[in-house]
Amino acid sequence: MATASDKIQRLVDKEYEYGFVTPIEQEVFPCGLNEEIVRMISAKKNEPEWLTEWRLKAYRYWAELERAGAEPRWANVTYPPIDYQAIRYYAAPKQKKRPRSLDEVDPQLRATYEKLGIPLREQEMLAGVAVDAVFDSVSVATTFKEKLAQLGIIFCSFSEAVQEHPELVRKWLGSVVPYTDNFFAALNSAVFSDGSFVYVPKGVRCPMELSTYFRINAAQTGQFERTLIIADEGSYVSYLEGCTAPMRDENQLHAAVVELIALDDATIKYSTIQNWYPGDEEGKGGIYNFVTKRGKCLGRNSKISWTQVETGSAITWKYPSCILIGDNSVGEFYSVAITNNYQQADTGTKMIHIGKNTRSTIISKGISAGHGQNTYRGLVKITRSADYARNYSQCDSLLLGDQCGAHTFPYIDVQNPTAQMEHEATTSKISEDQLFYCQQRGISAEDAVSMIVNGFCREVIRELPMEFAVEAQKLLGISLEGAVG
Amino acid sequence: MLEINNLHVKVEDKEILKGVSLKINAGEVHGIMGPNGSGKSTLAQVLAGRETYEVISGEVLYRGKNLLAMTPEERAREGIFLAFQYPVEIPGVSNLYFLKTALNAIRRHRGLPELDAMDFLAWVREKMKLVQMDESLLHRPVNDGFSGGEKKRNEILQMAVLEPTLAILDETDSGLDIDALKIVARGVNSLRSDERAILLITHYQRLLDYVVPDRVHVLYDGRIVKSGGRELALELEKRGYGWLEEETNVGVVR
Ligand SMILES: Nc1ncnc2c1ncn2[C@@H]1O[C@H](COP(=O)(O)OP(=O)(O)OP(=O)(O)O)[C@@H](O)[C@H]1O
Ligand SMILES: [Mg+2]
Repeated sequence: MATASDKIQRLVDKEYEYGFVTPIEQEVFPCGLNEEIVRMISAKKNEPEWLTEWRLKAYRYWAELERAGAEPRWANVTYPPIDYQAIRYYAAPKQKKRPRSLDEVDPQLRATYEKLGIPLREQEMLAGVAVDAVFDSVSVATTFKEKLAQLGIIFCSFSEAVQEHPELVRKWLGSVVPYTDNFFAALNSAVFSDGSFVYVPKGVRCPMELSTYFRINAAQTGQFERTLIIADEGSYVSYLEGCTAPMRDENQLHAAVVELIALDDATIKYSTIQNWYPGDEEGKGGIYNFVTKRGKCLGRNSKISWTQVETGSAITWKYPSCILIGDNSVGEFYSVAITNNYQQADTGTKMIHIGKNTRSTIISKGISAGHGQNTYRGLVKITRSADYARNYSQCDSLLLGDQCGAHTFPYIDVQNPTAQMEHEATTSKISEDQLFYCQQRGISAEDAVSMIVNGFCREVIRELPMEFAVEAQKLLGISLEGAVG
Repeated sequence: MLEINNLHVKVEDKEILKGVSLKINAGEVHGIMGPNGSGKSTLAQVLAGRETYEVISGEVLYRGKNLLAMTPEERAREGIFLAFQYPVEIPGVSNLYFLKTALNAIRRHRGLPELDAMDFLAWVREKMKLVQMDESLLHRPVNDGFSGGEKKRNEILQMAVLEPTLAILDETDSGLDIDALKIVARGVNSLRSDERAILLITHYQRLLDYVVPDRVHVLYDGRIVKSGGRELALELEKRGYGWLEEETNVGVVR
């Protein structure tokens, strides 16, 4: 007799759909990491002296940590030691020259994106989504750039920003996540190969969602992208990030850094759907997703909102955070994290309140199935200067089956007596009774699970822009209708 | 419509139904009464396809088809509806969305076009009048925090919306005040038609004052020990179940 958890397990055991490899010629560096490799990366990208030096400082800092065995181990995840000398730090599709329009992009590449469900052509015509596609390390196609340029919005690959807007990059790079921040941030700062750059000028409301698809293709390649978004006074931007990677038996490392800066009255909305290859049912292979994402609400009345749907990766280690410096600034974190089979996720956020009347909201939904382990780890810190700061945190866990686990570590540090803090947490399970009740009304077990998961995640899904909600729905196997509206 | 032949059912090695036979024709309303633990809910759940209960032997034909071979959702889509004795709470899923998903699953199965949000809402509002339920309950999660009476009314609303061919009501009248009881009765009566059949499980003959049954059966220790007209319900109310033991000669050790 099938139990509820068996049934649920069958439903969640869907195969990873994005596990294909694109056979195109790659230019790769030898495996291993040393000053020489760092210099080669920088030279390859024709970088100014100051950036090469910055990378080298980061490298030295990282190498010191690595020698001291200071790779962080505090997260609630387990994995064998990573051999950083066995990783390749640069891979790029070989192209005669940089494409000037979509038509010049390698058809194989284009086909890959189409398989991923983001036909650039269609998106270009549909309007509303501008895509900066990062294929391994080099940005291959940027659409909509001209339209955005008319508004003074800069949306380009990181490498391009270094060439075209060095003063902006130099001013803000590392200002939110310094290379000394942590082990993986240091590694990224030394070897980052590309990423996205956004600048929205004063008073401009970006008229479309900006979107980047990252994809790891080459074997043994670590991906270290770097994203920098600056929203100048009174501006608004919504940025979408989606990730997939091919299936491989060995684990691959992904250590990205994302920095957001919101000035007075500016709003940045950053949405992620992370669907990196999670490994197989036995826990073999999969991406190690060790990411540092942080936003600074520098200006008064500024707002940074993180929304993430994390369904992939073997291990996820990620805490999109907000530093609320400007008075009345707002930080938000909405998260759904799913762990199935042997996936492990240790994710959450940090809300650091410094300005007066700063507010933060944390809504975290963890779903565990199989042997998945899901940890919420969050810090809410109210510093002495943050008069009348408020935080609301809600951490809910849903267990599908009895082999999986959910853990919650909410850290709270309040140094100002005017703070208002609210914290709620729940853990629930889908019961046999609930499934049967749905089935008795004609709803299949599969749809019933979707419906319940969907209901569970609703508060987060509805924060996503429409196009992304559709994608999230596909990924969660949930039905959109109940979640949106 | 429904034909149960010598049905034996066990749960965790304990035999609960010990040879139940019952025939219900289209257009009929049957009542089932019986003491606590006699197996009434077990019968209802087995008919709905609950896997916890293991059928040892016997057969069940529903409109000529082998009911026991169907999954629970197939049975529902084929028109079987069970109003649960203990309706289940589903936090996070709105009552309205739940009902719409259910109705459209059933309509798809029958080759009918799905109802869109507007048509569905109109359809539900129509049915809400029947059960006099507050519209705010539609927007709350399924049964979540509903009072006992509200849960029962919600079952009747679902029944009215889904328009089943065979409705089984497991003690839907228990715990209701007299006004709510009348509302439930009205819901049931409005469903009554020549193409449908209804099986009412109840402890109280008062429901049968409002929904007049064609037949009443007594389930006693896993067997139907007596069947009769509606007057049987009155007799049970007066005399309890003890006298059946002597009359029907079923050896019951309790
Ligand atoms: N899942 C189960 N596990 C073990 N025993 C069960 C289970 N379900 C029912 N039983 C037992 O089967 C017997 C019949 O239960 P059932 O719920 O069918 O009775 P009922 O006639 O509906 O009683 P009531 O009038 O109290 O609702 C009881 O002794 C009950 O304890
Ligand atoms: Mg019962």
